[in-house]
Amino acid sequence: MSVAIKLRGCGKTWPGGTVALHPLDLDIAAGETLVLLGPSGCGKTTLLRLIAGLELPDAGGQVLFDGEDVTRLPIERRNVGMVFQSYALFPNMDVAGNIGYGLRVRGIPRAEVARRVDEMLEMTRLTEFARRRVDALSGGQRQRVALARAIAPRPRVLLLDEPLSALDARLREELRQEIDALLRSLGITAIYVTHDQAEAMALSDRICAMERGRIAQIGTGRDLYHRPANDFVAGFVGDTNRLGEELVRPEQLALHPSAEGEWTVQRATFLGPFVRVKLRDAAGRELMVDMPDLATPAPGARVEVRRRGPA
Amino acid sequence: MGFWTGLGFTLLISAFLILPVLVSVLPGITANQFEGLSSGLTTRWLREVWANYGGTVLLSLQIALSTLVITLLVGVPAAYVLARHAGVTARLVEEALVMPVAVPGIATALGLILAYGAVGDLRASWLFILVGHVVFCLPFMVRAVLAVLLSMDLKGLEEAARACGASWPQRFLGVILPNIAGGMLAGSLMVVTLSLGEFNMTLLLHTPFTRTLPVGLADAYTALRTEMASAYTLIFFVLIVPLLSAMQWAAGRADRVGAVR
Ligand SMILES: Nc1ncnc2c1ncn2[C@@H]1O[C@H](COP(=O)(O)OP(=O)(O)O)[C@@H](O)[C@H]1O
Ligand SMILES: [Mg+2]
Repeated sequence: MSVAIKLRGCGKTWPGGTVALHPLDLDIAAGETLVLLGPSGCGKTTLLRLIAGLELPDAGGQVLFDGEDVTRLPIERRNVGMVFQSYALFPNMDVAGNIGYGLRVRGIPRAEVARRVDEMLEMTRLTEFARRRVDALSGGQRQRVALARAIAPRPRVLLLDEPLSALDARLREELRQEIDALLRSLGITAIYVTHDQAEAMALSDRICAMERGRIAQIGTGRDLYHRPANDFVAGFVGDTNRLGEELVRPEQLALHPSAEGEWTVQRATFLGPFVRVKLRDAAGRELMVDMPDLATPAPGARVEVRRRGPA
Repeated sequence: MGFWTGLGFTLLISAFLILPVLVSVLPGITANQFEGLSSGLTTRWLREVWANYGGTVLLSLQIALSTLVITLLVGVPAAYVLARHAGVTARLVEEALVMPVAVPGIATALGLILAYGAVGDLRASWLFILVGHVVFCLPFMVRAVLAVLLSMDLKGLEEAARACGASWPQRFLGVILPNIAGGMLAGSLMVVTLSLGEFNMTLLLHTPFTRTLPVGLADAYTALRTEMASAYTLIFFVLIVPLLSAMQWAAGRADRVGAVR
């Protein structure tokens, strides 16, 4: 049931003149999970809403689902599922009512709706909350209702706009794994918007990194991390050191105490899984090195820096 | 101030306010108002009022309910359109909506008479009063519904319903209406109460054949039949007090629902 999506020349200019998206092409394979990653205001939501059918692209833009031109098809006729950043649950319906809404408006018989809703409740571990009002749910539970409501009608595409951004870090990690497992088991084409690079890495088949209304790079998490197309991508997916022309990640370097070393330790910060050491040389250049918390050098110590084995 | 002093003070003020109500109603159920309650209670005046003015009560109810239906049919969509549009025009219309409230009823009535008084038989029909009441009451309905629409995430809810595949009628009936029901209830109680009690404008708009309850009541008072006027007032209270209580209840309920969100 999942579809391949193609965007051709899709730009978006708002009435005020703001160019949210410069005309762009994008190909998403059937069943793929593509993450749109970028800082706030770079156009991720706008791109997602074009694919959803909530916005029209500027003249000349085309959205294709399995080759069919759906550019002018409004969202209610595109058969997509969408999870909104604010969840937008219906306050006049209980949990089961929310989840079954997409089935009821499609005129599916009641017995079938009930069966499908039960299945969704179980899948999202909400069975005991079926009759609960949505304003009496925790953030994590609301998020799961929004997800269940979106997938209940078996949409062709699932669109998620920063679905975890309203949750605290611990819950975010837990729900991220649940969403990941769900997307894998459904095999649905999914587009997931986030500004969190760890979330992007963990969930994606491919990441589409965006910068000010343009696609900066599309590739796997590894591609973006190890072969970033430009400084923006390099900096967005992790911290970097510049060694001449080359970008090197802090964990790709290793320290060796040495009286003749050209680098001096400025500061060592304990970050849990590793210690980040800031170095400076006589010329004032700076370097960041991540190392295990075993033999952390003291500030002022002289060290040599070498690359670790092949990354 | 101690609790008992406070309570005593409150009761005193309440008594002060309620006394005129009792005084105005009592003669209506007293056999002889000059002898007082010792002369016994009677329904005679109530029956007489009904015989003489029953028509005004029915007409008032008819006008109030018609006003309600029209303000719902016009006001709810109008509030929806205003809530959906963020522009300057929408805000200007919203401001203009208070105008009929600010303008004295007599001025509105004169305006209506000058503009439509000569149109067919309208002047002689109860529909003429209905037009006046709709003009007067519509802003209250629009404001009550608009307040609820603006306090909820209208755009988000509509988009979510669309994403679920809902057509416009489906989402309006299934998502929007149920969520603004509280505002519609508050607006409805307000409209019925205002229409039933409206006097200023109706006094000018009515004809001898289209008298409403408040107009008839004024007539009874000016006729110096105190016991009749009293009984009449009692009938008015029986209609209006439950509405006022329901209005209080609806407002309290809306506050609680608002606090949960
Ligand atoms: N409805 C709108 N009208 C006008 N400008 C908008 C609208 N929505 C978004 N924008 C602007 O378009 C740009 C991209 O916004 P958005 O797609 O929401 O970014 P992101 O989701 O990456 O944070 C921003 O500059 C934003 O201010
Ligand atoms: Mg966004």
